[in-house]
Amino acid sequence: MTDNIDTNKEKKTTTHKLGIYLWIWGLLFVLSFFSYMVDWYQFQGLLRWTLILIFMFLKAGLIMAFFMHLFWERYTLVNVLLWPMTAIACFVGLMVAEGKYTVFTRFIYFVLGE
Amino acid sequence: MSDSSLENLPKGWKSIPSDLGSDQTAFKGVQWGKSMMWIFLLSDTFIFSCFLISYMKGRASTVVEWPNPSEVFALDFMGVPVPLLLIAIMTFVLITSSGTMALAVKYGYERNKKMCGWFILLTAIGGLTFVGMQAFEWSKLIHEGVRPWENPFGAGQFGSFFFMITGFHGTHVSIGVIFLFIFSRKVFRGDFDTGKRGYFTTMKSDYVAIEILGLYWHFVDLVWVFIFAFFYLW
Repeated sequence: MTDNIDTNKEKKTTTHKLGIYLWIWGLLFVLSFFSYMVDWYQFQGLLRWTLILIFMFLKAGLIMAFFMHLFWERYTLVNVLLWPMTAIACFVGLMVAEGKYTVFTRFIYFVLGE
Repeated sequence: MSDSSLENLPKGWKSIPSDLGSDQTAFKGVQWGKSMMWIFLLSDTFIFSCFLISYMKGRASTVVEWPNPSEVFALDFMGVPVPLLLIAIMTFVLITSSGTMALAVKYGYERNKKMCGWFILLTAIGGLTFVGMQAFEWSKLIHEGVRPWENPFGAGQFGSFFFMITGFHGTHVSIGVIFLFIFSRKVFRGDFDTGKRGYFTTMKSDYVAIEILGLYWHFVDLVWVFIFAFFYLW
């Protein structure tokens, strides 16, 4: 029996305390509740978009850092995963500009042209 | 997970050139299956980003009014339409299943077979509930006349983006549920304690597989966070 425990000890990886997971879980619930409240109270315009984005990034960050263990992961892996996201952010920026241009031409030629 | 042999290696920014330039394993202390899952998830991120970006562009460039998601996805509760009720419940169900999965990973590493198996099973049931509610949502919208090419609420693109994005996400959830059931059976059978060799891989089973499965499941939850924010709330 003692032998068994020793071999187990050797193989054992560090686990995190139950409390951490429960805390993150609770925070995710609260943040989801808040983002639902944004719709419930019908906030509009810039306030709505800012709140949605804040709650979204907080939730995504908590899930990735603690549930997906990135917070404890080796720095190289974290960087390899997170830098490509910057490219996606650039893509979003490009498409925002493109969308504005498309809607502009559509208004000019479809709506005003008729 | 930390490893004593990693203690002597450089930390922080300095660890990146030293890890990548060491002519050895690039992701030190990361089991190969885990890094493969991460790389798969990164590629999946690109796919979902393309969907969400095309949705953004489609919505931003249409000259027709976009349907108000708050009204389209409202659900009658005792005669009163409650905005986004079903979507909110779906969000909470998916977060709950993500939490149970995190606990399953923890108990797996503690070699607590029973708790690990039950929490995986609980996660699978949560996922199944989510897919069920999504099927209800789809049939409700189809019944109301939402089609990929037209809908009674506004811009015609709404349907195609809705079915494409939530459908692709729902497929991910369904595949995840199948694997959760398979792995809960493997855990209860004790495959990860005895190191039984896998049917396809012929490799020894290890509890790290539960963490890899967990990564996939948390990713599904992560994507839903973005879909919830951009498609339903925006």
